[in-house]
Amino acid sequence: MRKISISLAAPVGAFLLTLVVSTIALMAFGSSPTEAYADMLSHASKLETQVDILNRATPFYLSAVAAAIGFRMNLFNIGVEGQYLMGFLFAAQVGGLVSLPQALHILVIMLTAMMVSSLYAGLAGILKTTRGVNEVISTIMLNAIAIGGLIAWLQQKWQGDLGENFSSTSLGTKPIDESGLLPTINGLLELVTREVGQGKELTGMFLVAILVGIAYYVLLNRTRFGFDLRASGINPFAARAGGVPPKRMVLAAMMLSGAVAGLIGMTELADTGKFPPDPIQGLGFQGIAVALLGRNNPGGMAFAALLFAFLDVSSGVLDSTGAASREIAVIMQGIVLLTAVVAYGVANRFRERDEAREAAEVLAAEREVVPA
Amino acid sequence: MTVAIELRGITKRFPGVVANDDVNLTVEKGEIHAICGENGAGKSTLMKILYGMQPADEGTMKVNGEVVEFTSPNDAIDCGIGMVHQHFMLADQLTVLENVILGAEPTVGGGRINFHQAEAHLSKVTEDYGLTIDINQMVESLEVGERQRVEIIKVLYRGAEILILDEPTAVLVPQEVEALFDNMRELKASGATILFIDHKLDEVLEISDSITVLRHGRTVATMKNDGVTAHDLAELMVGSELPTPDTSESTVTDEVALELRDLAVRNEDGRQVVHDINLRIHRGEIVGIAGVEGNGQGELVDAIIGTADISNGSIAFHGRDVTNDSVRKRREAGLAYVPEDRHQEGLLLSSPLWENAALGHQTQAPYGSTWWLDRGGAREQTERIRKQFDVRTPSIEVSAHALSGGNQQKLIIGRELTSDPDVLVAAHPTRGIDVGAQAAVWDDIRAARRNGLATLLISADLDELIGLSDTIVVMLRGEFVATLSPDEVTPRDLGAYMTGAALQNGGAA
Repeated sequence: MRKISISLAAPVGAFLLTLVVSTIALMAFGSSPTEAYADMLSHASKLETQVDILNRATPFYLSAVAAAIGFRMNLFNIGVEGQYLMGFLFAAQVGGLVSLPQALHILVIMLTAMMVSSLYAGLAGILKTTRGVNEVISTIMLNAIAIGGLIAWLQQKWQGDLGENFSSTSLGTKPIDESGLLPTINGLLELVTREVGQGKELTGMFLVAILVGIAYYVLLNRTRFGFDLRASGINPFAARAGGVPPKRMVLAAMMLSGAVAGLIGMTELADTGKFPPDPIQGLGFQGIAVALLGRNNPGGMAFAALLFAFLDVSSGVLDSTGAASREIAVIMQGIVLLTAVVAYGVANRFRERDEAREAAEVLAAEREVVPA
Repeated sequence: MTVAIELRGITKRFPGVVANDDVNLTVEKGEIHAICGENGAGKSTLMKILYGMQPADEGTMKVNGEVVEFTSPNDAIDCGIGMVHQHFMLADQLTVLENVILGAEPTVGGGRINFHQAEAHLSKVTEDYGLTIDINQMVESLEVGERQRVEIIKVLYRGAEILILDEPTAVLVPQEVEALFDNMRELKASGATILFIDHKLDEVLEISDSITVLRHGRTVATMKNDGVTAHDLAELMVGSELPTPDTSESTVTDEVALELRDLAVRNEDGRQVVHDINLRIHRGEIVGIAGVEGNGQGELVDAIIGTADISNGSIAFHGRDVTNDSVRKRREAGLAYVPEDRHQEGLLLSSPLWENAALGHQTQAPYGSTWWLDRGGAREQTERIRKQFDVRTPSIEVSAHALSGGNQQKLIIGRELTSDPDVLVAAHPTRGIDVGAQAAVWDDIRAARRNGLATLLISADLDELIGLSDTIVVMLRGEFVATLSPDEVTPRDLGAYMTGAALQNGGAA
């Protein structure tokens, strides 16, 4: 009973504190908190907004899982950003050049994205295992190299046919044939709801994200590899003495993290059909925040991704209603992250103390039975 | 004659262990006072209490005649006590001067460091105490002995008159030890009081004025260094009571389970620290290794389990060469390992007990296979370990850190022995656990020996070594220097071999 209340206290406490602080922030800016919250909630209650939220949450979640794979073994892959953009670009280029039957075409595109991202992440892994370079430093640098260097250069090189009627919409890689685009799943959604209006479409990547979440759970908790990975994160020395090869684990975790990162860009690719001149950026970093809030737990990260997406999307309405500035969403995301980290830390300490006391009581009880 | 430090009735308990039990210590002003004792005798705990890093549960401390109570090292520093830790705490990229003043910088104006004043103060300190060092050199370019001198200067700079040196010679080569001792004599001549921890008896006898011996957390003797011999000290350190762990009849067979041939091992710095080791352990045999810590035992263990850099020679299990095999392959081939430090190398403290039991055996039934972890099988096996090895815990789902040291150790022994191993490497298997758990661990190892286990036992507890081993080899400076029979050797003799004293007298067996 006490255990459950402790584990519930953390997220509830974090949520309440976030509400208090953002209310104060809203009042400080002269906005009405009740009005702002009401606007956001009523906006989010619409089915079309909910589709937007799910579409936003999907790449957040994939990005969080990518980061979490590293986090679970104390590897800080800050390079998800660069990795997914690299995978995105290469997948778009390859997808645009080939023409294949639908299932195969989609598969080739996704595998290309995962492979390229994985290899790019692997660079940081190789640097760490052979030269001892800290992965935080190397992935940050690889981000800069990818975004400012490779991608900028390849974007020009791989610019598709601009056509006769040149316009900004013809910028980007060669558009992928219809057969390479992951279908949307409005049909599935409409089985449980009404028809989705306003031309909103739920991305097929939503299903892929769910599968990735399940795979992540199984990998971590049910496989020998997942056990090795967690053990390395908790105590690398004990893991090594227990037969876990440390270098191979670093490389494997880095590449697996990169492979999942490769899927992040697929949501946008399915929508645009090419690598656009200005792809959505920052998803890699959002993923780190989501993983942190969700405690690297597959369910927790799903909740965190939905929360972040909800704040992002529903705050959009504030621009039109004028109840507050939509930047309140960013403030709330920041605060919830901070308070959650602190709250989990405190709850963890309580849990550890309880466990130690329980174990000590067992010892004491047995001592009394045995006469000295 | 005034008293610098007086400790009365100091007691410190940790869960499951009494580290210090009614310790009394009197250190006179201006003397070099050695504290010696085996590993785990409570020396370091006592020094931590004196330096304010841990509070004592009971007892009083007096410094220069005044009763003091320290809540942090800052209080100790204010009373003129300084401590030089075994592991240096220096910033490589700063100069000697910058390192010394770090945290105690004299400033002018708006927080600018007054290097002028710092330099003046520092040269006064080094002159007063006769310590030479180039204060503008980068610390990264200094030798180990010089770094240690910087650490000493650091505490002197802060006004310390009573110095605590925690095993200062452990990291030094013999010439550096001589230089350190010269420095210590200079310091003493300049009026400083030095308290130092050591368990190398020849060094203690060479440098100290007084000696206090700790055993099992108690002070067993305090004496002037006057006519004391290394043998006397060794006897006091290990106690002369009869060994409790008794192996009774021999179970040694003639089938070789572990063979080391011409083994040479390098440490992490690339220095060769184990030379030309040849050893055969048979089924049903326990070979004990005696030696003062830091003579290559750790590297030898690492080489056998597969984490060290082997520069020459070979290792074979049952005649099969495993020199180039990974840790996992060796474990699958029947290697079990009880590490020296269970928290560092043995356990996943924040994971449940059943995951801890699986660690090291996750590729094998009943814990798992190449691809999958068998959670049900692992839990059942852990329950069996819990019953068979008497691990006292509310359940196998609690995390390992909730258990007392003795129960954690029983879990480790259990997981290693239930995997039906052929070769066991056990480093200090009963270090830091209570007497009851100790007896249980001895029983378990003895039972496994009867079933044909070949064991390499490394221990600082000489009674344990003599009581459990079929053969004892003494390791000194990375080599086996003597092979002894436990039936004929006493802890006192063993102590003499370990420090090299017996060898100098031509007593090598």
